[in-house]
Amino acid sequence: MSLISVKDLTVSRGGMPVLEGLSFAVSAGEVLVLRGPNGSGKTTLLRTLAGLQPPYAGEVISEPESVAYAAHADGLKATLSVAENLGFWAGVYGGHDIEPAILHFNLDALRDRPAGNLSAGQKRRLGLARLMVTGRPIWVLDEPTVSLDAASVALFASAVKAHVAAGGAAVIATHIDLGFEETVFDVTPFKARMDVVRDDFDEAFL
Amino acid sequence: MIRLLWRDITLAFRSGGGFGLGLGFFLILVTLVPFGVGPNGEMLSAIAPGILWVGALLACLLSLDRIFALDFEDGSLDLLATAPIPLEGVVAMKALAHWITTGLPLVIAAPALGFLLHLDSAAYRWLIVTLLIGTPALSFIGSFGAALTVGLKRGGLLMSLLVLPLYIPTLIFGAEVVRRGAGGFLVATPLAMQAGITLGAIALLPFAAAAAIRVALR
Repeated sequence: MSLISVKDLTVSRGGMPVLEGLSFAVSAGEVLVLRGPNGSGKTTLLRTLAGLQPPYAGEVISEPESVAYAAHADGLKATLSVAENLGFWAGVYGGHDIEPAILHFNLDALRDRPAGNLSAGQKRRLGLARLMVTGRPIWVLDEPTVSLDAASVALFASAVKAHVAAGGAAVIATHIDLGFEETVFDVTPFKARMDVVRDDFDEAFL
Repeated sequence: MIRLLWRDITLAFRSGGGFGLGLGFFLILVTLVPFGVGPNGEMLSAIAPGILWVGALLACLLSLDRIFALDFEDGSLDLLATAPIPLEGVVAMKALAHWITTGLPLVIAAPALGFLLHLDSAAYRWLIVTLLIGTPALSFIGSFGAALTVGLKRGGLLMSLLVLPLYIPTLIFGAEVVRRGAGGFLVATPLAMQAGITLGAIALLPFAAAAAIRVALR
């Protein structure tokens, strides 16, 4: 039984299709790594999986409210402390305990520091720690390792491993090798053909 | 959702500008008016209801673009849109937080500033009542305007142009209640109209604003 699957999916950005004819399924315990050059549509695909934008064609099949999304921006508030930022998201997602996430991502010493005073890598770690307090089975991650050092990448990889071992799944767009068993999905062959004329006036207008 | 309300209020207090900005602007405007129009007490008390209401409205407008723009820039809005809270609830809570941090302080400060403008003593009661009833409408209508312009760089001007016409009914009825109250006339009709606008805005606009945000995020 797959947690999330897409069937004949076309995704668009600004009304222009960027990827078409995508079909894949991710089951519990599986990590799907998306690869492709910059601008190939990985982010657009991930936003569609997260439900932030509707599919241009085809469908995304998943349980409602099962996806936790993490993008380039971490969604941190500079004037809130590390624990407050994490506590807020834990509260929004139904009150999960923030201690395991803080300890796992090595944020214990930074607990009371305002997020505005963190380094880029520390912010990223806090942004990723948020995933652990969402309690959602599918993690959809867009370039999660940006600005992380090697030790932090290892922390992140072990968090993903623990998550999928507990019956979760992850879809990750990344350019580096994270060192776990993964299914690699290259989006390059699915690039939408630009020569097909489409009636997309409404979409482009919006 | 209560968490979101608390977070927004905390943020407004900690980052200074959010909380003090509207109140400071209101204070400056009202203290400057007597210098501009002269110290004639009769004239001041005649224009006081209008000045106080215009000041409250502009003070509210000043902090509107912060409602969603900050969350949009740091990515929180994406995350809130995928969170278990309905986006309509997010909008309603953020509008409520905006009212608590800008509208409510104006209501509390208005009587003191009414004194500066020689506001008729019979009108104080009505000034507080109309501001209390009317300012939530300003925050909810404003949240709709802010949602429409959330994806735009420097959408502040466009937002003001969109929102100001929608503010006018609240302004007219609000100032009318205070004016009638000062003259000892019946205030029931404009007060009921204003309350109707506020309730309508609270009931409908979170849905419109949530739809606008969904379009902006795609």
